[in-house]
Amino acid sequence: MRLFEFESRQIVKDAGIPVTNYGYALSAEEARSAAAEIGGPVVIKSQVLTGGRMKAGGVKFADTPEEAAAHAAEILELEIGGHMPRGVLVDPKAEVEQEYYAGIVWDGTRKQPMMLFSDMGGIDIEEVAEQHPDHVGRGHFSNLLPFSDFQAKQVIAQTGVTGSELNRATPILAALARLFQTCDMTLAEINPLARLSDGRFVALDAHMDLEDEARPRQKALMAQLGIPAEEQREAHEATPFETAVTAIDSADHRGVIQGKDAGFHGNIGLVIGAGGGSLTLTDAVRSQGGKPANYSEIGGNPSVAKACGLAKAVLEKDGVEKIAVMMSIVSNTRVDIVARGVIKACLDLGKDPGETIAIFRIPGAWEEEGFKILDHYGVEYCDRSVSMHEAARRAVEKVQGAAA
Amino acid sequence: MSILINEDTTFIVQGITGREAVNLTRECLDYGSKIVGGVTPGRKGREVHGVPVFDTIDQLIDHNGGAVPDGSVVTVPPGFTKDAVFEAIESGIGLIVIVTERIPRRDVAQMVELANLRGARIIGPNCLGLVVPGVAKMGGIGGPARNTEQAYQPGQVGVMSRSGGMTTEISSTLTAAGLGVSTAVSIGGDAIIGSTYAELMPLFEADEQTEAIVIYTEPGGRMEAQLAEWVADNDSRLPIVAFMAGRFMDDEEMKGMSFGHAGTIVEGKEDTASEKILRLEAAGIPVVERIDEIPDAVKAKL
Repeated sequence: MRLFEFESRQIVKDAGIPVTNYGYALSAEEARSAAAEIGGPVVIKSQVLTGGRMKAGGVKFADTPEEAAAHAAEILELEIGGHMPRGVLVDPKAEVEQEYYAGIVWDGTRKQPMMLFSDMGGIDIEEVAEQHPDHVGRGHFSNLLPFSDFQAKQVIAQTGVTGSELNRATPILAALARLFQTCDMTLAEINPLARLSDGRFVALDAHMDLEDEARPRQKALMAQLGIPAEEQREAHEATPFETAVTAIDSADHRGVIQGKDAGFHGNIGLVIGAGGGSLTLTDAVRSQGGKPANYSEIGGNPSVAKACGLAKAVLEKDGVEKIAVMMSIVSNTRVDIVARGVIKACLDLGKDPGETIAIFRIPGAWEEEGFKILDHYGVEYCDRSVSMHEAARRAVEKVQGAAA
Repeated sequence: MSILINEDTTFIVQGITGREAVNLTRECLDYGSKIVGGVTPGRKGREVHGVPVFDTIDQLIDHNGGAVPDGSVVTVPPGFTKDAVFEAIESGIGLIVIVTERIPRRDVAQMVELANLRGARIIGPNCLGLVVPGVAKMGGIGGPARNTEQAYQPGQVGVMSRSGGMTTEISSTLTAAGLGVSTAVSIGGDAIIGSTYAELMPLFEADEQTEAIVIYTEPGGRMEAQLAEWVADNDSRLPIVAFMAGRFMDDEEMKGMSFGHAGTIVEGKEDTASEKILRLEAAGIPVVERIDEIPDAVKAKL
């Protein structure tokens, strides 16, 4: 779950890392008083969960509280990458001597968190790593042994930073490493970490991702940040289809269904599963020239009602006349139950299952029973001797044949 | 032969009284696996399909006259998994299959680190386990014994897959083509897993029965890049064929989304399907577009 900058800054501040005396505002009026309190030039920053704020006009400088209010009014109305801002951050314009980068990420190969530090901050760290590798320090740390500050010191020293700068930056990177662990982050970055003209270090921007799987045990942090337990932060707002499928799934504990259609604009309805099978089948339909109307996943032996609900939600999408019901070989999910569910969906909507279901390719547990039912309704089906890609081809051919 | 397990392997099921664990126990016993006990705290004295249940692994070992089981299948809820795995490792168990999904990465990393300290191996989490066709299976892979037999026949190809279901689909395809499977491992769909492709390669390398490897891969993570590096650094006798799913996730509109498994979230430039295909092919690993192309691609390399 991606956190807003104002939330990330709060976490950084609570971890004892120095920050500027910023204010958070939900209106132009609040921005004006925040700027007045700061007293001096300020930066107004849009609080959106997407990159490219600066380019989109979501970051503006103001010399007076009036100017701050005017910029805030504009920025609060400015949509960036499909997202409306949550608020604005009013930050004192800092007298920066030098910018650094401090970050913690997971290294899936080493299976440990990794610290990254650079004395070239303010820009994309991947770019620095490519063009100036000697300006990036790295170091892994244990999840079992307690973290010790020298580990952060070693990483910073790799970049050639020494003197009081080294001694001031070390506790900051160490604190970031510790909060990465205690807060179950998948990414924790301070960029830029600034050295001011008086030698102090402050975090000028922070970016954090909290692992979704850890939310149940990070309730205290969520409460502290004022994030409601039910708040989802996907890359986009849930579509009506996605909301409908989520509701069907949570109405019944048996099995799991998921559906996504953001970014899908085609006419072939996909009732597919499971995890890897759905990825494979979505690719298969596309490689055969078909255009999926959605993505979905069936797994864990859903009830007839659940399979029916998913198929209905797909069939009710605009432009979807036919569905392809396909899975990799199943051992847990029962073929006959999915068959009953998708046939019921067609009948409930007054459609002929034989016409509406372009192909049914789910081999495995209880397939004989399933195939009998499909036979009865004249639905074309196939067993494991027909590959996933061949099944996808047959479905695409039928849908395109009908459309032509 | 095989990797990781054989006809003599003994294992336990932690969380054995859960609904899925009860099924998995039945399926493994039917297939011929040796399950020597189960653990669910507070359920000591029960039986699951004839398998005695204990509160602790210590009790289970005592009951078996001090014999430490070779492995454990862990199927407890995510909040309790780390403790269960620590108990297994500290009891001297050497092979731990973690079925549970939605475990936070920090916990997985801690389990892996302790396993490394103690010389234990973890498969998963978020996996279906492994099967040596005709010999034994450890985990729900392939489902009921009858279904497992249908999809998995003994043969010469080692299978490793980030998707449990696709392990069976690919193995079934290899079985139908007469190639068969030596050992199939569902390695798990999470961002951090106990054993990656490259980490299992030396085991397959040492297994005489295995003559080729097929992997199922997805976007997310550096596991495929790590395999490509392993192949470049080791003069392996085993040809590898890869199948890459989730190519559609490279589309601009799909950025920042994850599909299928938690591990498919793209966090870096190397994580995309197209980047991975380039790396694998540069290492001499052909990446096929269709599952039904796998047998011919393998035969061409034998």
